[in-house]
Amino acid sequence: MAATKMRWGDTLDDDDTLPPTTVTPPDAKGVKTITEYRKNDNGDIIKSVTRIRVSKVERKIYKVEHERRKWARFGAAKGQVAGDSVTVQAAEEIPLDRVQKKQTREEKKESDMKTVMQSSDKSAIVGSLKDMLYKRRMERQLAAARGGLAPEKPPEEDGEGGSLPTAGSKAGGYVPPSLRNRGAAGEGDSMRRREENSVRVTNLSEDTREDDLRELFSPFGSISRIYIAYDRETGENRGFAFVNFMYKDDAQRAIEKLDGYGYDNLILRVEWAQPRAERS
Amino acid sequence: MRPYLLKGHERPLTQLKFNREGDLLFSCAKDPHPTLWYSSDGQRVGTYIGHNGAVPSCDVSLDSSRLLTASQDSSAKLWDVETGECLHTFKFQAPCRAVAFSLGEQHAAISTDAFMAQPSLIHIVKLAEDPADQESEPEISFTCPKGRISRVAFTDGNTTLLAVSEDGYVRRYDVETGKMLQEEHIHEGYIQDMQMSTDGTHFVTASLDKTAKLVDAQTLEVLKTYVTERNANSAALSPIFDHVLIGGGQEASQVTTTSSRAGRFEARFFHKIYEEEFASCRGHFGPINATAFHPDGRSFVTGGEDGYVRLHHFDNDYFSARFF
Repeated sequence: MAATKMRWGDTLDDDDTLPPTTVTPPDAKGVKTITEYRKNDNGDIIKSVTRIRVSKVERKIYKVEHERRKWARFGAAKGQVAGDSVTVQAAEEIPLDRVQKKQTREEKKESDMKTVMQSSDKSAIVGSLKDMLYKRRMERQLAAARGGLAPEKPPEEDGEGGSLPTAGSKAGGYVPPSLRNRGAAGEGDSMRRREENSVRVTNLSEDTREDDLRELFSPFGSISRIYIAYDRETGENRGFAFVNFMYKDDAQRAIEKLDGYGYDNLILRVEWAQPRAERS
Repeated sequence: MRPYLLKGHERPLTQLKFNREGDLLFSCAKDPHPTLWYSSDGQRVGTYIGHNGAVPSCDVSLDSSRLLTASQDSSAKLWDVETGECLHTFKFQAPCRAVAFSLGEQHAAISTDAFMAQPSLIHIVKLAEDPADQESEPEISFTCPKGRISRVAFTDGNTTLLAVSEDGYVRRYDVETGKMLQEEHIHEGYIQDMQMSTDGTHFVTASLDKTAKLVDAQTLEVLKTYVTERNANSAALSPIFDHVLIGGGQEASQVTTTSSRAGRFEARFFHKIYEEEFASCRGHFGPINATAFHPDGRSFVTGGEDGYVRLHHFDNDYFSARFF
């Protein structure tokens, strides 16, 4: 007989009724615990614990609004059942996207700098410049460490030249108007332009780049050219650079503000560049 | 935000309207059945069956008992909001476009399009206490310069009526005599929508000339201009913040010729004073034709050319965030 084959433990279980379902009232955090017991197909008792967080949302509504909630459906909505999905809630979270200001971050930095420059508090200027340049350099070092940045190739000793097409380099090729007719006379002309409002910056640290200098000097006025002397072998700069300003008074202000300015634990020396002839 | 999508209409939406308390939402579309929804969860309460043409606009009475709809089937119907029963039909010779109740619901204004030899007209009808003895004949009808009248609104204690029209003009009429008191050319294109502020001192217009404008209701002077770079089909004013909600987008016929991003089908939020766009909310597949703010300012609704109504309840950060 099947009944005799059953083990005593099983029969004991059969007699045993399932423990009642218990529901604990919400605790301090509003968590309600429901403990249920049920049997599965194999006759094992399964205990399931459901924890529900109960929260109360209080909403004030108009009395008429409450009355109107009881309205009977009419028209096409009359025979409507829940499965009709006339109303569905979007599964996707739709954010209210902030519209970015037209001003880019670069522009913002620049305008911030300008406001700082206007206030004649030198410590503020120095502080913000330092932060900015330090951050720049750190970013670059990180990129270099990752191997993302190839060591910069030293450009031609003579700032220009390089990639710019020169007259006659290719017959019939496009030559910008500024480079046309570059004869002996033109050479001297451009040379003079290069030396106009030129500021010599010395005692630069080796890893200073053109961008750093641009950031450092651009608050004083528009810059026409920046030239950094690089070492051919190492690709590091040789500790001096020339910055040309469009206007002389901008250059004058830059010299006044930045001469003796501590940059990258070195003290910068900023002065008017000597004309080429005198230097040699 | 997880908006509710209300799929009650098969055709492009034309107007969305909340009742005074904001618990009911009325939607009109280019299909013949205006629909009533609960604004809290988007459940459909019912549809008003009886029209035979597109329904360009509707208005609901202050106590939410009556609904007035204008239809292109040349009629305007007065409905019982609760039961969906048609109480009265006003028949006209031309397609109807705009409707508005006067304050107190003694009168209503209904505009009809120019049709055959008839110019566009605004009709003022007197509403009877008991719909059974409602008269069909308007008290006064007055002609308007050419162009459809897209929206009308009673102002100045029901003595004057504002009407915005296809030719870009906003006009003020004397309700008693039908005389035009003032007209201002404020837009270069069809004015699609006009919505009054809660206090009635100013209103916002949306036009196909790609701008929405804030206009003083007394002087009809343009106070602010919101440049949208796409057609503006509808604009709504937030009742609690200095925010303007503008719906629009590239014209529906042009949609397939460009990428969907270029269409700008988002609901766009502009600052009322600074005239600057500060937020947007995507969702529709076509231009937005209708927008409305809940009277408590905590939710908004947009209706698109795609036939969907999207009901958004703002997240809490909308109320705490500093947008400017």
